[in-house]
Amino acid sequence: MTAPGPAGSEHPAPRALARRHRLRAWEAIPWALAVAFYFAFPRHLGFGTELLVTILFALSLDLVLGYAGIVTLGHAAFFGAGAYTVGMLAKHGIWNEPITSLLLAAAVAAAVGLGSGLVLLRTRGLTLLMLTLCTMALLEEAANLAHAYTGGFDGLDSLLIAPLFGVFEFNPLYPKTQYLYVLAVLFLCFAFVRTLVYSPFGQSLTGIRENTLRMHAVGAPVRARLVACYTLSAAIAGIAGGIWAQANAYVNLGTLGLDRAATVLIILVLGGYGRLYGAFVGAVAYMVLSHFLAKVYPTAWQLGLGLLLVVIALFARNGILGIGEALGRRFSAPRAAP
Amino acid sequence: MSPPSAPPGPPLLETRGLCRNFGALAAARDIDFRLEAGARHAVIGPNGAGKTTLVNLLTGVIRPTAGAVLLKGRDITGVVQAERVKLGIARTFQINRLFRGLSVLENVYMAVAERRGVAPSMLRPAGLRRDVVEESMHLLETLRLPDDAGHRISELPYGRQRLVELAIALGLKPEVLLLDEPAAGVPSAESHIILEAIAGLPKQIGVLIIDHDMDLVFRFAERITVMVSGGVFASGSPKEIAANPDVRAVYLGRADHG
Repeated sequence: MTAPGPAGSEHPAPRALARRHRLRAWEAIPWALAVAFYFAFPRHLGFGTELLVTILFALSLDLVLGYAGIVTLGHAAFFGAGAYTVGMLAKHGIWNEPITSLLLAAAVAAAVGLGSGLVLLRTRGLTLLMLTLCTMALLEEAANLAHAYTGGFDGLDSLLIAPLFGVFEFNPLYPKTQYLYVLAVLFLCFAFVRTLVYSPFGQSLTGIRENTLRMHAVGAPVRARLVACYTLSAAIAGIAGGIWAQANAYVNLGTLGLDRAATVLIILVLGGYGRLYGAFVGAVAYMVLSHFLAKVYPTAWQLGLGLLLVVIALFARNGILGIGEALGRRFSAPRAAP
Repeated sequence: MSPPSAPPGPPLLETRGLCRNFGALAAARDIDFRLEAGARHAVIGPNGAGKTTLVNLLTGVIRPTAGAVLLKGRDITGVVQAERVKLGIARTFQINRLFRGLSVLENVYMAVAERRGVAPSMLRPAGLRRDVVEESMHLLETLRLPDDAGHRISELPYGRQRLVELAIALGLKPEVLLLDEPAAGVPSAESHIILEAIAGLPKQIGVLIIDHDMDLVFRFAERITVMVSGGVFASGSPKEIAANPDVRAVYLGRADHG
Protein backbone atom coordinates (compact mmCIF):
# COMPACT_ATOMS: atom_id res chain seq x y z
CA MET A 1 0.00 0.00 0.00
CA THR A 2 2.70 2.46 0.99
CA ALA A 3 5.58 1.91 -1.35
CA PRO A 4 8.72 3.64 -0.08
CA GLY A 5 8.74 6.17 -2.89
CA PRO A 6 10.29 9.62 -3.08
CA ALA A 7 9.06 12.37 -0.76
CA GLY A 8 6.10 14.28 -2.03
CA SER A 9 2.43 14.34 -2.63
CA GLU A 10 2.07 10.67 -3.55
CA HIS A 11 2.75 9.56 0.00
CA PRO A 12 -0.46 9.23 2.06
CA ALA A 13 0.81 11.05 5.16
CA PRO A 14 1.61 14.40 3.50
CA ARG A 15 -1.58 14.11 1.51
CA ALA A 16 -3.61 13.62 4.68
CA LEU A 17 -1.85 16.61 6.25
CA ALA A 18 -2.51 18.75 3.19
CA ARG A 19 -6.19 17.81 3.20
CA ARG A 20 -7.07 18.04 6.83
CA HIS A 21 -8.02 21.72 6.78
CA ARG A 22 -10.40 21.28 3.83
CA LEU A 23 -14.06 22.06 4.38
CA ARG A 24 -16.23 18.99 4.77
CA ALA A 25 -19.80 18.91 3.50
CA TRP A 26 -21.24 18.37 6.99
CA GLU A 27 -19.70 21.64 8.15
CA ALA A 28 -22.53 23.46 6.37
CA ILE A 29 -25.08 21.81 8.68
CA PRO A 30 -24.72 24.06 11.77
CA TRP A 31 -24.92 27.20 9.66
CA ALA A 32 -27.90 25.91 7.71
CA LEU A 33 -29.61 25.06 11.01
CA ALA A 34 -28.83 28.52 12.37
CA VAL A 35 -30.42 30.17 9.33
CA ALA A 36 -33.35 27.75 9.44
CA PHE A 37 -33.89 28.63 13.10
CA TYR A 38 -34.36 32.26 12.10
CA PHE A 39 -37.28 31.40 9.86
CA ALA A 40 -38.70 28.52 11.90
CA PHE A 41 -38.75 30.11 15.35
CA PRO A 42 -39.27 33.86 14.98
CA ARG A 43 -40.66 33.95 18.52
CA HIS A 44 -37.53 32.38 20.01
CA LEU A 45 -34.89 34.58 18.46
CA GLY A 46 -33.94 35.92 21.89
CA PHE A 47 -33.06 32.40 22.96
CA GLY A 48 -31.32 31.84 19.61
CA THR A 49 -29.22 34.98 20.03
CA GLU A 50 -28.17 33.93 23.52
CA LEU A 51 -27.25 30.52 22.11
CA LEU A 52 -25.10 31.99 19.34
CA VAL A 53 -23.29 34.28 21.79
CA THR A 54 -22.63 31.29 24.03
CA ILE A 55 -21.20 29.36 21.08
CA LEU A 56 -18.89 32.26 20.28
CA PHE A 57 -17.73 32.45 23.89
CA ALA A 58 -17.18 28.68 24.05
CA LEU A 59 -15.26 28.85 20.76
CA SER A 60 -12.86 31.40 22.28
CA LEU A 61 -12.34 29.07 25.23
CA ASP A 62 -11.72 26.12 22.90
CA LEU A 63 -8.77 27.99 21.38
CA VAL A 64 -6.95 28.27 24.71
CA LEU A 65 -8.19 25.11 26.42
CA GLY A 66 -8.71 22.67 23.58
CA TYR A 67 -5.78 23.66 21.40
CA ALA A 68 -3.14 25.30 23.60
CA GLY A 69 -4.07 23.30 26.72
CA ILE A 70 -4.33 26.37 28.97
CA VAL A 71 -6.71 25.39 31.77
CA THR A 72 -8.66 28.46 32.82
CA LEU A 73 -11.61 29.12 35.08
CA GLY A 74 -11.53 32.84 34.48
CA HIS A 75 -12.46 33.26 30.85
CA ALA A 76 -15.45 35.41 31.76
CA ALA A 77 -12.93 38.14 32.62
CA PHE A 78 -12.63 38.82 28.89
CA PHE A 79 -16.34 38.36 28.19
CA GLY A 80 -17.04 40.93 30.90
CA ALA A 81 -14.28 43.27 29.72
CA GLY A 82 -15.90 43.31 26.29
CA ALA A 83 -19.41 43.68 27.68
CA TYR A 84 -18.45 46.57 29.96
CA THR A 85 -16.54 48.29 27.15
CA VAL A 86 -19.67 48.35 25.03
CA GLY A 87 -21.90 49.16 28.01
CA MET A 88 -19.86 52.02 29.40
CA LEU A 89 -19.27 53.62 25.99
CA ALA A 90 -22.99 53.51 25.24
CA LYS A 91 -24.26 54.45 28.70
CA HIS A 92 -22.03 57.50 29.01
CA GLY A 93 -22.90 58.65 25.51
CA ILE A 94 -19.36 58.29 24.19
CA TRP A 95 -19.85 55.80 21.37
CA ASN A 96 -22.65 53.45 20.36
CA GLU A 97 -22.03 52.42 16.78
CA PRO A 98 -22.27 48.62 17.05
CA ILE A 99 -19.45 47.35 14.85
CA THR A 100 -16.75 49.78 15.95
CA SER A 101 -17.89 49.25 19.56
CA LEU A 102 -17.32 45.54 19.08
CA LEU A 103 -13.83 46.18 17.75
CA LEU A 104 -13.13 48.33 20.79
CA ALA A 105 -14.50 45.58 23.02
CA ALA A 106 -12.12 43.13 21.31
CA ALA A 107 -9.20 45.52 21.78
CA VAL A 108 -9.91 46.08 25.47
CA ALA A 109 -10.38 42.36 26.14
CA ALA A 110 -7.21 41.61 24.18
CA ALA A 111 -5.32 44.14 26.29
CA VAL A 112 -6.60 42.49 29.47
CA GLY A 113 -5.64 39.10 28.00
CA LEU A 114 -2.17 40.30 27.05
CA GLY A 115 -1.52 41.97 30.39
CA SER A 116 -2.76 39.10 32.52
CA GLY A 117 -1.34 36.47 30.15
CA LEU A 118 2.18 37.87 30.43
CA VAL A 119 2.01 37.25 34.17
CA LEU A 120 -0.23 34.17 34.43
CA LEU A 121 1.30 32.10 31.68
CA ARG A 122 4.58 31.88 33.57
CA THR A 123 2.74 29.34 35.70
CA ARG A 124 1.02 26.07 34.89
CA GLY A 125 -1.52 23.65 36.21
CA LEU A 126 -3.32 24.42 39.42
CA THR A 127 -1.45 27.69 40.01
CA LEU A 128 -2.53 28.92 36.60
CA LEU A 129 -6.09 27.84 37.27
CA MET A 130 -6.17 29.77 40.53
CA LEU A 131 -4.61 32.86 38.98
CA THR A 132 -7.15 32.97 36.14
CA LEU A 133 -9.86 32.78 38.79
CA CYS A 134 -8.20 35.58 40.78
CA THR A 135 -7.88 37.84 37.73
CA MET A 136 -11.57 37.47 37.04
CA ALA A 137 -12.49 38.05 40.68
CA LEU A 138 -10.36 41.22 40.75
CA LEU A 139 -12.06 42.55 37.63
CA GLU A 140 -15.48 41.70 39.02
CA GLU A 141 -14.73 43.50 42.27
CA ALA A 142 -13.30 46.48 40.40
CA ALA A 143 -16.51 46.68 38.36
CA ASN A 144 -18.49 46.44 41.59
CA LEU A 145 -16.54 49.24 43.25
CA ALA A 146 -16.37 51.63 40.30
CA HIS A 147 -20.04 52.35 40.73
CA ALA A 148 -19.98 55.71 39.00
CA TYR A 149 -18.77 54.17 35.74
CA THR A 150 -20.07 50.62 35.80
CA GLY A 151 -23.29 50.94 37.76
CA GLY A 152 -21.81 48.67 40.39
CA PHE A 153 -24.05 45.82 41.49
CA ASP A 154 -26.97 47.07 39.40
CA GLY A 155 -24.98 47.16 36.18
CA LEU A 156 -25.90 49.38 33.27
CA ASP A 157 -29.27 48.95 31.60
CA SER A 158 -31.29 50.52 28.81
CA LEU A 159 -28.18 50.89 26.68
CA LEU A 160 -28.87 52.80 23.49
CA ILE A 161 -27.14 51.02 20.64
CA ALA A 162 -27.16 52.79 17.29
CA PRO A 163 -28.83 50.95 14.39
CA LEU A 164 -26.60 48.53 12.55
CA PHE A 165 -25.20 50.19 9.40
CA GLY A 166 -27.40 53.12 10.45
CA VAL A 167 -30.47 51.18 9.27
CA PHE A 168 -31.33 48.07 11.28
CA GLU A 169 -32.65 48.81 14.75
CA PHE A 170 -31.91 46.62 17.75
CA ASN A 171 -35.37 45.78 19.08
CA PRO A 172 -35.12 43.95 22.41
CA LEU A 173 -38.64 42.53 22.06
CA TYR A 174 -38.22 41.19 18.55
CA PRO A 175 -34.49 40.58 18.12
CA LYS A 176 -34.34 39.83 14.39
CA THR A 177 -31.44 42.20 13.85
CA GLN A 178 -29.55 40.90 16.86
CA TYR A 179 -29.86 37.29 15.73
CA LEU A 180 -28.54 37.84 12.23
CA TYR A 181 -25.86 40.22 13.46
CA VAL A 182 -24.61 37.73 16.04
CA LEU A 183 -24.74 34.93 13.48
CA ALA A 184 -22.61 36.95 11.05
CA VAL A 185 -20.06 37.83 13.73
CA LEU A 186 -19.94 34.21 14.91
CA PHE A 187 -19.31 33.10 11.35
CA LEU A 188 -16.42 35.55 10.89
CA CYS A 189 -14.85 34.63 14.23
CA PHE A 190 -15.29 30.94 13.50
CA ALA A 191 -13.61 31.32 10.10
CA PHE A 192 -10.69 33.02 11.84
CA VAL A 193 -10.35 30.39 14.57
CA ARG A 194 -10.66 27.57 12.06
CA THR A 195 -7.91 29.09 9.90
CA LEU A 196 -5.76 29.60 12.97
CA VAL A 197 -5.96 26.06 14.34
CA TYR A 198 -4.93 24.50 11.02
CA SER A 199 -2.04 26.93 10.51
CA PRO A 200 1.55 26.24 11.58
CA PHE A 201 0.82 28.49 14.58
CA GLY A 202 -2.13 26.29 15.55
CA GLN A 203 0.02 23.22 15.02
CA SER A 204 2.60 24.63 17.42
CA LEU A 205 -0.14 25.29 20.00
CA THR A 206 -1.08 21.64 19.73
CA GLY A 207 2.57 20.81 20.21
CA ILE A 208 2.68 22.86 23.40
CA ARG A 209 -0.42 21.07 24.67
CA GLU A 210 0.98 17.66 23.80
CA ASN A 211 4.49 18.20 25.14
CA THR A 212 5.61 21.60 26.40
CA LEU A 213 9.13 20.48 27.25
CA ARG A 214 9.72 19.16 23.77
CA MET A 215 8.49 22.42 22.28
CA HIS A 216 11.16 24.23 24.29
CA ALA A 217 13.66 21.74 22.94
CA VAL A 218 12.77 22.43 19.31
CA GLY A 219 13.38 26.12 19.92
CA ALA A 220 9.78 27.31 20.14
CA PRO A 221 9.21 30.49 22.17
CA VAL A 222 6.56 28.68 24.19
CA ARG A 223 5.43 31.49 26.45
CA ALA A 224 5.20 34.02 23.65
CA ARG A 225 3.03 31.57 21.68
CA LEU A 226 0.78 30.98 24.67
CA VAL A 227 0.44 34.70 25.34
CA ALA A 228 -0.40 35.31 21.68
CA CYS A 229 -3.03 32.58 21.78
CA TYR A 230 -4.43 33.83 25.08
CA THR A 231 -4.67 37.38 23.72
CA LEU A 232 -6.46 36.30 20.55
CA SER A 233 -8.84 34.16 22.55
CA ALA A 234 -9.47 37.07 24.94
CA ALA A 235 -10.30 39.29 21.97
CA ILE A 236 -12.89 36.79 20.72
CA ALA A 237 -14.34 36.40 24.21
CA GLY A 238 -14.49 40.20 24.36
CA ILE A 239 -16.44 40.26 21.10
CA ALA A 240 -18.81 37.69 22.57
CA GLY A 241 -19.28 39.84 25.67
CA GLY A 242 -19.64 43.04 23.68
CA ILE A 243 -22.23 41.57 21.36
CA TRP A 244 -24.10 40.12 24.33
CA ALA A 245 -24.30 43.61 25.83
CA GLN A 246 -25.52 45.02 22.53
CA ALA A 247 -28.12 42.32 22.01
CA ASN A 248 -29.50 42.60 25.54
CA ALA A 249 -28.97 46.34 25.95
CA TYR A 250 -27.55 45.86 29.42
CA VAL A 251 -24.44 44.77 31.31
CA ASN A 252 -24.20 43.41 34.82
CA LEU A 253 -21.64 41.86 37.11
CA GLY A 254 -22.81 38.41 35.96
CA THR A 255 -20.83 38.90 32.74
CA LEU A 256 -17.65 38.78 34.85
CA GLY A 257 -18.76 36.06 37.24
CA LEU A 258 -17.59 32.58 38.02
CA ASP A 259 -21.02 31.28 37.00
CA ARG A 260 -20.47 32.31 33.43
CA ALA A 261 -16.87 31.10 33.36
CA ALA A 262 -17.82 27.72 34.80
CA THR A 263 -20.83 27.35 32.52
CA VAL A 264 -18.78 27.91 29.38
CA LEU A 265 -16.24 25.38 30.58
CA ILE A 266 -19.02 22.85 31.19
CA ILE A 267 -20.41 23.56 27.74
CA LEU A 268 -17.07 22.96 26.09
CA VAL A 269 -16.42 19.74 28.00
CA LEU A 270 -19.95 18.59 27.23
CA GLY A 271 -19.54 19.22 23.50
CA GLY A 272 -15.93 18.08 23.28
CA TYR A 273 -12.93 20.40 23.45
CA GLY A 274 -10.20 20.82 20.84
CA ARG A 275 -12.71 20.13 18.06
CA LEU A 276 -14.04 23.56 16.97
CA TYR A 277 -17.60 22.24 16.73
CA GLY A 278 -17.64 21.11 20.34
CA ALA A 279 -18.60 24.69 21.19
CA PHE A 280 -21.66 24.39 18.95
CA VAL A 281 -22.79 20.97 20.14
CA GLY A 282 -22.09 21.73 23.78
CA ALA A 283 -23.89 25.07 23.77
CA VAL A 284 -26.96 23.63 22.05
CA ALA A 285 -27.04 20.59 24.34
CA TYR A 286 -26.54 22.64 27.48
CA MET A 287 -29.00 25.39 26.69
CA VAL A 288 -31.73 23.18 25.29
CA LEU A 289 -31.40 20.76 28.19
CA SER A 290 -31.40 23.46 30.85
CA HIS A 291 -34.37 25.09 29.11
CA PHE A 292 -36.47 21.93 29.21
CA LEU A 293 -35.23 20.65 32.53
CA ALA A 294 -36.10 24.00 34.07
CA LYS A 295 -39.62 23.65 32.71
CA VAL A 296 -40.11 20.11 33.94
CA TYR A 297 -38.29 20.39 37.27
CA PRO A 298 -38.25 24.10 38.10
CA THR A 299 -36.57 23.54 41.47
CA ALA A 300 -34.06 20.81 40.69
CA TRP A 301 -33.16 21.26 37.04
CA GLN A 302 -29.47 21.69 37.78
CA LEU A 303 -29.41 18.21 39.27
CA GLY A 304 -30.15 16.74 35.83
CA LEU A 305 -27.34 18.76 34.23
CA GLY A 306 -24.98 17.75 37.00
CA LEU A 307 -25.76 14.07 36.48
CA LEU A 308 -25.21 14.41 32.74
CA LEU A 309 -21.86 16.05 33.37
CA VAL A 310 -20.80 13.27 35.73
CA VAL A 311 -21.68 10.71 33.06
CA ILE A 312 -19.72 12.66 30.42
CA ALA A 313 -16.71 13.03 32.70
CA LEU A 314 -16.72 9.35 33.59
CA PHE A 315 -17.53 7.68 30.31
CA ALA A 316 -17.01 10.17 27.49
CA ARG A 317 -13.96 12.30 28.13
CA ASN A 318 -14.18 13.77 24.65
CA GLY A 319 -17.75 14.96 25.06
CA ILE A 320 -20.68 14.45 22.76
CA LEU A 321 -18.56 14.89 19.64
CA GLY A 322 -16.16 12.29 21.02
CA ILE A 323 -19.05 9.82 21.31
CA GLY A 324 -20.01 10.63 17.73
CA GLU A 325 -16.45 10.06 16.51
CA ALA A 326 -16.22 6.74 18.32
CA LEU A 327 -19.52 5.58 16.82
CA GLY A 328 -18.41 6.79 13.39
CA ARG A 329 -15.21 4.76 13.67
CA ARG A 330 -17.12 1.67 14.74
CA PHE A 331 -19.50 1.84 11.79
CA SER A 332 -16.92 2.74 9.18
CA ALA A 333 -14.34 0.22 10.36
CA PRO A 334 -15.55 -2.78 8.30
CA ARG A 335 -15.51 -0.73 5.14
CA ALA A 336 -12.24 0.11 3.43
CA ALA A 337 -10.83 3.49 4.34
CA PRO A 338 -11.16 5.96 1.46
CA MET B 1 50.24 24.51 12.75
CA SER B 2 48.47 22.78 15.59
CA PRO B 3 48.36 19.03 15.69
CA PRO B 4 45.21 17.48 14.17
CA SER B 5 43.82 16.51 17.55
CA ALA B 6 43.55 20.20 18.56
CA PRO B 7 42.32 22.19 15.55
CA PRO B 8 42.91 25.95 15.46
CA GLY B 9 40.26 28.33 16.73
CA PRO B 10 37.80 27.75 19.53
CA PRO B 11 36.15 24.34 19.84
CA LEU B 12 32.54 23.88 18.72
CA LEU B 13 31.25 23.56 22.26
CA GLU B 14 33.22 24.13 25.41
CA THR B 15 32.60 24.39 29.12
CA ARG B 16 34.89 26.13 31.60
CA GLY B 17 34.73 25.34 35.28
CA LEU B 18 31.06 24.38 35.02
CA CYS B 19 29.40 23.71 38.38
CA ARG B 20 25.84 23.01 39.40
CA ASN B 21 24.65 22.34 42.89
CA PHE B 22 21.27 20.98 43.84
CA GLY B 23 21.20 21.96 47.49
CA ALA B 24 24.16 20.23 49.05
CA LEU B 25 24.59 17.88 46.10
CA ALA B 26 27.21 18.90 43.53
CA ALA B 27 25.66 17.42 40.38
CA ALA B 28 28.32 19.02 38.22
CA ARG B 29 31.75 19.81 39.61
CA ASP B 30 34.19 22.08 37.81
CA ILE B 31 33.68 20.48 34.40
CA ASP B 32 36.07 21.49 31.63
CA PHE B 33 34.80 19.84 28.52
CA ARG B 34 35.37 20.30 24.79
CA LEU B 35 33.40 19.03 21.85
CA GLU B 36 35.02 19.56 18.47
CA ALA B 37 33.18 19.97 15.17
CA GLY B 38 32.50 16.57 13.63
CA ALA B 39 33.42 14.85 16.89
CA ARG B 40 31.93 11.57 18.02
CA HIS B 41 32.28 11.96 21.72
CA ALA B 42 30.79 9.82 24.47
CA VAL B 43 30.23 10.59 28.13
CA ILE B 44 29.95 7.56 30.36
CA GLY B 45 29.69 7.12 34.10
CA PRO B 46 27.71 5.34 36.74
CA ASN B 47 24.16 6.34 37.61
CA GLY B 48 24.09 9.71 39.31
CA ALA B 49 27.45 10.73 37.86
CA GLY B 50 25.93 13.92 36.45
CA LYS B 51 25.69 12.99 32.79
CA THR B 52 22.15 14.21 32.23
CA THR B 53 22.92 17.30 34.32
CA LEU B 54 25.72 18.02 31.87
CA VAL B 55 23.31 17.75 28.93
CA ASN B 56 20.84 20.01 30.72
CA LEU B 57 23.60 22.56 31.35
CA LEU B 58 24.76 22.43 27.74
CA THR B 59 21.23 22.88 26.37
CA GLY B 60 20.24 25.60 28.82
CA VAL B 61 17.51 23.65 30.62
CA ILE B 62 19.24 24.53 33.88
CA ARG B 63 21.64 27.33 34.75
CA PRO B 64 25.10 26.60 36.14
CA THR B 65 25.96 27.66 39.67
CA ALA B 66 29.35 28.71 38.34
CA GLY B 67 31.35 28.45 35.13
CA ALA B 68 30.59 29.10 31.49
CA VAL B 69 29.34 27.39 28.34
CA LEU B 70 30.82 28.58 25.05
CA LEU B 71 29.63 27.84 21.53
CA LYS B 72 32.35 28.49 18.95
CA GLY B 73 34.02 30.79 21.44
CA ARG B 74 30.87 32.77 22.23
CA ASP B 75 29.69 32.74 25.83
CA ILE B 76 26.14 31.34 25.81
CA THR B 77 25.83 30.72 29.55
CA GLY B 78 22.95 33.18 29.84
CA VAL B 79 21.17 32.11 26.65
CA VAL B 80 17.88 30.28 27.19
CA GLN B 81 17.14 26.85 25.76
CA ALA B 82 15.00 27.90 22.80
CA GLU B 83 17.66 30.41 21.71
CA ARG B 84 20.41 27.81 21.98
CA VAL B 85 18.39 25.60 19.64
CA LYS B 86 18.41 28.43 17.12
CA LEU B 87 22.19 28.64 17.56
CA GLY B 88 22.48 24.98 16.60
CA ILE B 89 22.34 22.89 19.76
CA ALA B 90 19.79 20.06 19.63
CA ARG B 91 19.21 17.11 21.89
CA THR B 92 17.25 13.93 22.28
CA PHE B 93 15.82 12.76 25.58
CA GLN B 94 16.61 9.73 27.67
CA ILE B 95 12.89 9.06 27.96
CA ASN B 96 10.88 9.80 24.82
CA ARG B 97 9.38 13.25 24.76
CA LEU B 98 7.21 13.12 21.70
CA PHE B 99 3.85 14.52 20.68
CA ARG B 100 2.12 11.24 21.34
CA GLY B 101 -1.27 12.15 19.95
CA LEU B 102 0.16 13.37 16.66
CA SER B 103 1.48 11.53 13.62
CA VAL B 104 5.18 10.91 13.04
CA LEU B 105 5.13 13.42 10.20
CA GLU B 106 3.53 16.07 12.43
CA ASN B 107 6.17 15.43 15.08
CA VAL B 108 9.00 16.15 12.68
CA TYR B 109 7.02 18.99 11.10
CA MET B 110 7.03 20.73 14.47
CA ALA B 111 10.84 20.92 14.52
CA VAL B 112 11.29 21.79 10.86
CA ALA B 113 8.62 24.52 11.05
CA GLU B 114 10.35 26.10 14.04
CA ARG B 115 13.75 26.04 12.38
CA ARG B 116 12.44 27.52 9.15
CA GLY B 117 10.59 30.24 11.06
CA VAL B 118 7.26 29.06 9.62
CA ALA B 119 5.66 28.23 12.98
CA PRO B 120 4.40 31.74 13.90
CA SER B 121 2.39 32.01 10.68
CA MET B 122 -1.34 31.99 11.31
CA LEU B 123 -3.04 32.03 7.94
CA ARG B 124 -1.87 29.35 5.51
CA PRO B 125 -2.78 25.78 6.44
CA ALA B 126 0.12 23.84 7.89
CA GLY B 127 -0.33 20.99 5.42
CA LEU B 128 0.19 23.30 2.45
CA ARG B 129 3.67 24.37 3.54
CA ARG B 130 5.24 22.00 1.07
CA ASP B 131 8.79 23.06 1.93
CA VAL B 132 8.30 21.97 5.53
CA VAL B 133 6.38 18.80 4.68
CA GLU B 134 8.89 17.67 2.08
CA GLU B 135 11.89 18.31 4.28
CA SER B 136 10.18 16.37 7.08
CA MET B 137 9.42 13.45 4.76
CA HIS B 138 12.98 13.49 3.43
CA LEU B 139 14.28 13.26 6.97
CA LEU B 140 11.98 10.35 7.71
CA GLU B 141 13.30 8.61 4.61
CA THR B 142 16.90 8.95 5.68
CA LEU B 143 15.90 7.29 8.96
CA ARG B 144 13.86 4.68 7.07
CA LEU B 145 10.65 5.79 8.69
CA PRO B 146 8.54 6.99 5.74
CA ASP B 147 6.04 4.14 6.05
CA ASP B 148 5.30 5.23 9.59
CA ALA B 149 4.81 8.88 8.66
CA GLY B 150 1.03 8.72 9.00
CA HIS B 151 1.02 6.68 12.18
CA ARG B 152 0.46 8.14 15.58
CA ILE B 153 3.41 7.95 17.94
CA SER B 154 1.32 5.88 20.34
CA GLU B 155 0.93 3.22 17.61
CA LEU B 156 4.69 2.77 17.12
CA PRO B 157 6.99 0.27 18.81
CA TYR B 158 9.43 1.89 21.22
CA GLY B 159 12.49 1.49 19.01
CA ARG B 160 10.83 3.41 16.21
CA GLN B 161 9.72 6.07 18.67
CA ARG B 162 13.41 6.51 19.55
CA LEU B 163 14.09 7.12 15.87
CA VAL B 164 11.42 9.84 15.83
CA GLU B 165 13.27 11.45 18.78
CA LEU B 166 16.33 11.51 16.55
CA ALA B 167 14.35 12.75 13.53
CA ILE B 168 12.99 15.71 15.51
CA ALA B 169 16.48 16.67 16.64
CA LEU B 170 17.83 16.37 13.09
CA GLY B 171 14.95 18.50 11.82
CA LEU B 172 16.62 21.34 13.70
CA LYS B 173 19.76 20.95 11.52
CA PRO B 174 22.02 21.13 14.55
CA GLU B 175 25.75 21.69 14.64
CA VAL B 176 25.85 20.08 18.07
CA LEU B 177 23.73 17.02 18.74
CA LEU B 178 23.41 15.69 22.26
CA LEU B 179 22.05 12.16 22.49
CA ASP B 180 20.93 11.20 25.97
CA GLU B 181 20.93 7.39 26.07
CA PRO B 182 19.58 7.00 22.54
CA ALA B 183 19.08 3.25 22.88
CA ALA B 184 17.57 3.31 26.36
CA GLY B 185 14.52 1.11 26.66
CA VAL B 186 14.88 -0.30 23.18
CA PRO B 187 14.64 -4.09 23.00
CA SER B 188 17.87 -5.62 21.71
CA ALA B 189 16.11 -6.90 18.60
CA GLU B 190 15.45 -3.31 17.58
CA SER B 191 18.61 -1.62 18.85
CA HIS B 192 20.45 -2.09 15.55
CA ILE B 193 18.19 0.47 13.88
CA ILE B 194 19.29 3.04 16.44
CA LEU B 195 22.94 2.16 15.99
CA GLU B 196 22.64 2.40 12.22
CA ALA B 197 20.90 5.74 12.48
CA ILE B 198 23.66 7.10 14.72
CA ALA B 199 26.36 5.77 12.42
CA GLY B 200 24.61 7.50 9.52
CA LEU B 201 24.49 10.96 11.11
CA PRO B 202 25.91 13.77 8.97
CA LYS B 203 29.69 13.88 9.42
CA GLN B 204 29.99 17.59 10.14
CA ILE B 205 27.75 17.48 13.24
CA GLY B 206 29.51 17.37 16.59
CA VAL B 207 27.81 14.51 18.39
CA LEU B 208 27.88 13.93 22.13
CA ILE B 209 26.39 10.65 23.25
CA ILE B 210 25.61 9.69 26.79
CA ASP B 211 25.10 6.05 27.47
CA HIS B 212 25.55 3.05 29.67
CA ASP B 213 25.66 0.71 26.72
CA MET B 214 29.39 -0.03 26.35
CA ASP B 215 28.94 -1.74 22.99
CA LEU B 216 27.32 1.37 21.60
CA VAL B 217 29.87 3.72 23.18
CA PHE B 218 32.96 1.82 22.05
CA ARG B 219 31.55 1.26 18.60
CA PHE B 220 30.60 4.85 18.07
CA ALA B 221 32.89 7.14 20.05
CA GLU B 222 36.28 8.47 18.99
CA ARG B 223 36.70 10.10 22.34
CA ILE B 224 35.32 9.19 25.75
CA THR B 225 34.88 11.23 28.90
CA VAL B 226 34.24 9.38 32.12
CA MET B 227 32.23 11.20 34.79
CA VAL B 228 32.07 10.20 38.43
CA SER B 229 30.16 12.09 41.16
CA GLY B 230 29.62 15.18 39.03
CA GLY B 231 33.22 15.63 37.92
CA VAL B 232 35.32 14.57 34.93
CA PHE B 233 37.21 11.50 36.06
CA ALA B 234 39.11 10.67 32.91
CA SER B 235 39.12 11.58 29.25
CA GLY B 236 40.75 10.03 26.25
CA SER B 237 40.45 7.74 23.25
CA PRO B 238 38.43 4.54 23.68
CA LYS B 239 41.68 2.58 23.90
CA GLU B 240 43.08 4.81 26.64
CA ILE B 241 39.85 4.66 28.58
CA ALA B 242 39.58 0.89 28.25
CA ALA B 243 43.17 0.55 29.45
CA ASN B 244 42.87 3.03 32.32
CA PRO B 245 42.99 1.00 35.54
CA ASP B 246 41.18 3.66 37.59
CA VAL B 247 38.30 3.74 35.11
CA ARG B 248 38.13 -0.04 35.15
CA ALA B 249 37.97 0.09 38.89
CA VAL B 250 35.14 2.61 39.20
CA TYR B 251 33.10 1.78 36.21
CA LEU B 252 34.10 -0.66 33.53
CA GLY B 253 34.80 -3.40 35.99
CA ARG B 254 31.20 -3.35 37.03
CA ALA B 255 29.92 -2.97 33.51
CA ASP B 256 31.17 -6.45 32.62
CA HIS B 257 33.31 -5.24 29.78
CA GLY B 258 36.97 -5.90 29.19
